[in-house]
Amino acid sequence: MAATQAAAYDSKIEGNVIFTRLDAALNWVHKNSLWPMPMGLACCAIELMATAASRFDISRFGAEVMRFSPRQCDVMIVAGTVTYKMALAVKRIYEQMPEPKWVIAMGACASTGGMYRSYAVLQGIDQLLPVDVYISGCPPRPEALLAGLIKLQEKISGERSLAAQKPALTEKLEEALA
Amino acid sequence: MTGAELLESLTKVFGAKIQSQTEFRDETTCTIGAEDLREVAKLCRADLSFDYLLDITSIDHYGEEPRFEIVYELYSMTLAVHLRLKLKVSEDVGAVDTVSDIWPTANWHEREIYDMMGIKFNGHPDLRRILMWDGYPYFPLRKEFPLEGLPSEMPDIAFSQAAPMEGGPFVTQPSTATVKDREPRARRPEL
Repeated sequence: MAATQAAAYDSKIEGNVIFTRLDAALNWVHKNSLWPMPMGLACCAIELMATAASRFDISRFGAEVMRFSPRQCDVMIVAGTVTYKMALAVKRIYEQMPEPKWVIAMGACASTGGMYRSYAVLQGIDQLLPVDVYISGCPPRPEALLAGLIKLQEKISGERSLAAQKPALTEKLEEALA
Repeated sequence: MTGAELLESLTKVFGAKIQSQTEFRDETTCTIGAEDLREVAKLCRADLSFDYLLDITSIDHYGEEPRFEIVYELYSMTLAVHLRLKLKVSEDVGAVDTVSDIWPTANWHEREIYDMMGIKFNGHPDLRRILMWDGYPYFPLRKEFPLEGLPSEMPDIAFSQAAPMEGGPFVTQPSTATVKDREPRARRPEL
């Protein structure tokens, strides 16, 4: 009789190994732990606060850690009227955020200047920053901000994170695998 | 002294410095000359108990001479009376004396008037812009300045562009029409 073979099944690592694509894993980590930079500039910031508070509870979507330091943020929520005097300060704060980073233009003013067709107001933050999600409303309801956040999560899950963050390494890997 | 007596005594105190005095809905308005402002202001503060400067505003009578008008809203805390002082400034002069040493709150009011209207205040301790950034080349509340603004550029500080008006400004027109017709999303300029 042949000796009994050890089973391929190894109970020590059962449940501890998963197979996935690296991008999918990175995106899953990014999208479920978005730390917002609350760029509250006008009344939209009140709705942003309501979204973070218990009734709407943005932490259900993993985005409750509002940081007032741009160095610790993933997503800038531009909530309110961007005046020309503030515009370059907003851009500077965005530039201080580490990659990868996203921008949500919350409300009519941040998206297009809104009702302020005026000498003092920037006509949409997308003139300065690459906006990922626009949210309509004046101001948008907290549900709308949450819907925008979910849209951003959908967008993040389709991204090629590794290629975007480590282009040289990705190229090397692709060459080795080819 | 009561408030009514105080207002009656204005002519006696100021004499010929008051060019005209009107009453409207229990509010007294005095027109004075720009050169008399500091003297009148000191008298108001020291002798007439107007210890509270509510506001300073400016008006652009574009196309008239003198072009600008400045309005001082005074209030007496002790006697509970209002007094309004008005004076005219021509565009060529473009400056009046400051009252920021008489009522310290005038400091920022005068800075705002300088920022928005371009009227200077002689003797002001810190006459910088207060709302727009230093170096902005226009005075936005002057009548000839377009509502949508003008382009300007100050590298690393700020820039501005003209806003798209799309047939605006959208002022609600009084009529019995529906809200949709009174406040349209866009209005063609020829209408």
